[in-house]
Amino acid sequence: MNKNKVRMQNGITYGIVAGCWILVQIMDKTGHMTSLLRGILVPLCMYSILAISLNLTVGILGELSLGHAGFMCVGAFSGAFFTKCMENVLPNLQLRFFLAILIGAVVAGICGILIGIPVLRLKGDYLAIVTLAFGEIIKNLINVMYIGLDKGGFHFSIKDTMSLGMDETGVVIIKGAQGITGTPKASTFLIATVLLLITLFIVLNLIHSRTGRAIMSIRDNRIAAESIGINITKYKLMAFSISAALAGVAGVLYAHNLSTLAATPKNFGYNMSIMILVFVVLGGLGNIRGSMIAAVVLTLLPELLRGLNDYRMLIYAVVLIVMMLFNSSPKAIEMRSVLLERFRKKKDTAAKEAS
Amino acid sequence: MSFLSYLINGISLGSIYAIIALGYTMVYGIARMLNFAHGDIIMVGGFAIFTVVSTMGLPPLLGILVAVVICTVLGVTIERVAYRPLRGVSSLAVLITAIGVSYLLQNVALLIFGSNARQFTSVVTLPNLKLADGALTISSVTIVTIVSCIAIMAALTSFINKTKIGQAMLAVSEDNGAATLMGIDVNRTIAITFAIGSALAAVAGALLCSTYPSLTPYTGSMPGIKAFVAAVFGGIGSIPGALIGGILLGVIENLSKAYISSQLSDAIVFSVLIIVLLVRPTGILGRKINEKV
Repeated sequence: MNKNKVRMQNGITYGIVAGCWILVQIMDKTGHMTSLLRGILVPLCMYSILAISLNLTVGILGELSLGHAGFMCVGAFSGAFFTKCMENVLPNLQLRFFLAILIGAVVAGICGILIGIPVLRLKGDYLAIVTLAFGEIIKNLINVMYIGLDKGGFHFSIKDTMSLGMDETGVVIIKGAQGITGTPKASTFLIATVLLLITLFIVLNLIHSRTGRAIMSIRDNRIAAESIGINITKYKLMAFSISAALAGVAGVLYAHNLSTLAATPKNFGYNMSIMILVFVVLGGLGNIRGSMIAAVVLTLLPELLRGLNDYRMLIYAVVLIVMMLFNSSPKAIEMRSVLLERFRKKKDTAAKEAS
Repeated sequence: MSFLSYLINGISLGSIYAIIALGYTMVYGIARMLNFAHGDIIMVGGFAIFTVVSTMGLPPLLGILVAVVICTVLGVTIERVAYRPLRGVSSLAVLITAIGVSYLLQNVALLIFGSNARQFTSVVTLPNLKLADGALTISSVTIVTIVSCIAIMAALTSFINKTKIGQAMLAVSEDNGAATLMGIDVNRTIAITFAIGSALAAVAGALLCSTYPSLTPYTGSMPGIKAFVAAVFGGIGSIPGALIGGILLGVIENLSKAYISSQLSDAIVFSVLIIVLLVRPTGILGRKINEKV
């Protein structure tokens, strides 16, 4: 692909995000915004960031990861921990939130490197199951962690609040399975959109750089890539840790969108990782714009079906299966091309008759 | 004595994992796909038994029979409708479809039975075994679970080694294309594999719900994942591997629950898995496949 074409394609992707933001502002001003829709704006950006970052691992690097929610969890807790600790030191919420995002990204990225070093030695389904295992371990560890702060500094325990042994000024910050309570609600749609744009900028530029091409060459043929002198471990780790860091950013966004943060199977368990993977696969492997759109559509779908109550997740499941069959099955692809051919012929004959 | 009882309970839990893992491992060995909906078939089996035994008041053995039939039909239907059209396509597409099937089964169960936990009456009605003057009590469910696991393993091994269908299954798992050339109907063989795996899931459902008698639409999901871990642990695609992986997993889980921390038991199980895979990247009994350039 030549440079201008790449630039145009990237421009379209940024344009879609900016366009959506303007659309939401117009809807807000003209009063077409329901509270349901307003509540889902930040999660939409968050899921898009998650899907884009996972696409870097699954689509660009070509390794199946089922532990993406684990990195999100690390980011969420480290970010929220920072904003809670610095409440008195840094009263400015915006600044604190900005720093929390950086911290979340860095901590999740470091976790990505630490986990990536052993995990990336494995291949295929084994790699998938080990990432799943790491995700569950992270969630489990956070659930038994107690951290308190008093004059003497931090206190740490894995048993209960009492065993922290703090003096009377002590405040418990992370309370085991209850997590962190009272995180400030700092995530706004504007910040979320800006973060989404930054994520897009990082990932799109990475893909079209020399580094990105090296990463994709590992995906396409590891042995060939190695034989032309590409450092496999370095590039694999790079892609994996960037992906983890971006998931951490999404986690910080998540933590500051709710007032309580607890690691439950629902928000940081393997189900979440699988849901993000569904976005990526449905949007198209390696297609950044696709995973963004899939994340938005699949998050909105259950919300729009809310009127159907009990049937909505059922419909979601059926839509998922039918979409996968329609998208990937050889028969469906053949049928589609036949239909397209027929449509074209009709157009041709119509054009001939007209002339 | 308490150590012994934890150990026996661990082996019993591990036997259930092993039976579920068999379904995973056989399907993976033959169709090269991770059937994420396998755990939910356990749940369907559980609800089938619940309906027959608790609601209709029929004997438990009939309940198990009905569950086996329902799960077998369900497994074959899922394979025919959702997985067969995707044969030969990237394994990721099939994985996502399997996740869709899993959501579907959970939500259908949610619509029919609701989200409240149902009290499951044990299918085993034998008295508990008391050893050493009552110091050690082994529940009858535990014994039945371990015995049925061994019986299933033995039956399955001889089925695969002695019968024509079993040999066909081995051939398909070895080389799909060559098996077709030898006149083996690959689609039929895969369908039979799904049938066996699903029937085993129904049995596992009966044993699981008898041991932990609370039944919700999400009952099968975590044991399903654990059994998947067990299958990988022992070397995915290997039948004795599923047995070893399942039992090791069950024992480690139960002992760490008893002696270290009940909250951290899952983390410990997964850490052991990671360590095993780092030392032996294809599991304990997995075959090493050399890459050709």
